[in-house]
Amino acid sequence: MEQRAFEIDEHLFRHESGRMVAALTRIFGVHNLALAEDVVQDAFCRALEVWKFRGIPENPSAWLMATAKHRAIDVLRRERTARTFAPELGRLIESEWTLSPAVHELLGTAAIQDDELRMIFSCCHPRLAEPAQIALILHILCGFSVSEVAAAFLSSNAAIEKRITRAKKVLAGSKKLFELTAADFSARLSAVHRALYLLFNEGYHGASAETAVRAELCGEALRLAGLLRRHPLAATPATLALGALMCLHAARLPGRVDASGELHTLFEQDRSRWDMQLIGEGQRLLDLSATGSELTEYHVEAAIASVHARARSAEETDWERIVGLYDMLMAIRPSPVVALNRAIAIAQQDGPDRGLDAIRSIGDLDRLASYPFYPATLGELELRGGRRAAARDHFCKALTLARSPMERRFMERRIGACGE
Amino acid sequence: MSEFLFLYRGGDSSGSPEEMQQTMQKWVAWMKELGDSGNLKAIGNPLEPGGKVVKGKQKTITDGPYAEAKDMVGGYTLIEAKDLAEAAQLSKGCPIFEKDGFVEVRPIMQINM
Repeated sequence: MEQRAFEIDEHLFRHESGRMVAALTRIFGVHNLALAEDVVQDAFCRALEVWKFRGIPENPSAWLMATAKHRAIDVLRRERTARTFAPELGRLIESEWTLSPAVHELLGTAAIQDDELRMIFSCCHPRLAEPAQIALILHILCGFSVSEVAAAFLSSNAAIEKRITRAKKVLAGSKKLFELTAADFSARLSAVHRALYLLFNEGYHGASAETAVRAELCGEALRLAGLLRRHPLAATPATLALGALMCLHAARLPGRVDASGELHTLFEQDRSRWDMQLIGEGQRLLDLSATGSELTEYHVEAAIASVHARARSAEETDWERIVGLYDMLMAIRPSPVVALNRAIAIAQQDGPDRGLDAIRSIGDLDRLASYPFYPATLGELELRGGRRAAARDHFCKALTLARSPMERRFMERRIGACGE
Repeated sequence: MSEFLFLYRGGDSSGSPEEMQQTMQKWVAWMKELGDSGNLKAIGNPLEPGGKVVKGKQKTITDGPYAEAKDMVGGYTLIEAKDLAEAAQLSKGCPIFEKDGFVEVRPIMQINM
């Protein structure tokens, strides 16, 4: 007796979880978020039990949603007097004749896309700090469990549990999911950009030693940014630029860590391993983003990434243009990390000593005190200036700050490069 | 060849969506393996967690479960194997062991009349 087994996306459950929770939350009302999560969990349990024996169905997403719909109708029927649900459901819930058709209509495919977006916007509530927003997005929209979020952020389960529980309380306390037609839409859209940008960066630069975990975070950020682009209201030039920036950076991920798990800087990466398809998509989005009058940090960062993506090697890179773009970025969104990257570009263009001068003139250097790539940059520039002993000291300092075995091995290699 | 019943008992099916998908895919792969090796007589069925127990001369009906949750039968499969030893060996590939569950392997009585 043969089992049918269709190939499915390796993160199907994770992504469907976000869609389903968002859609059910609209029907149940945001105050019943926990109930929506329970119904979705039930649907997955059922899928697990049935698919074990019957194999994966031809349309697994539809199967999951249909199962969740049935459970939702049961819950609405059972609890219609005990709870209040979303006002949209209104009196439709009171009659058996209207309940089921209403739920089927509310859970139509077109509506669900908007639900996911509204949930992303709702997670970026102004009362929530950015780390809470990101944890909530990962938990609700990407189906990460508390321990999966904790692993991604190298944080304790207890700390993340507390962060997510508090964030959910704020979310459940808002009257309803964020309306895409709300007056504060563009302010909230900026918060969403920022949260997705930080989520992507956590994957790209973050502390987790697991390459797979980091790639997943980048992948989730890319997916959610794609959702924004598919909605006419959310597909602003800044959204396109953010997508461009993510694609252009993600394209370099295969070169950043090699097959043996060693970290490589932009200067030593094997550029033939970069993902040309993502670079193409990034360039396309960057071109599309060049409309309107608003120049965001995402435009500038994407432009920098685009210069790198086009260069055949570090030497053949248009460093003058990159320095110019970093100047622009410092004007829009100054930060010590941006200033440090600008100094690296200056060193490429005008030599290591000019780069060191630029680092010395960074205003709030103390904010880089625990950033391992700050002393590592100093070490690199001292080494290029031929001052091996000084370089070595900086790399030793960087080694003490390294956040993962991968970073530690990288720093050890650089110490080795300084010789005896 | 003889026939055997695999009874899947216990096993924690909770987890994050990612973990549940991985568990599900392991089961699908294992069942396919059994099918490919010709040991799968009938893939069987999952069982609903609830049920009734009818017991005693009074035929009293009570709600299930009839066993501790950790021992409850969650599904069954019909297997073909050379002997009980081979059937038990086959059961070792079952993903249920990763989730604290176990497999009960029962020979189906051979009746020659």
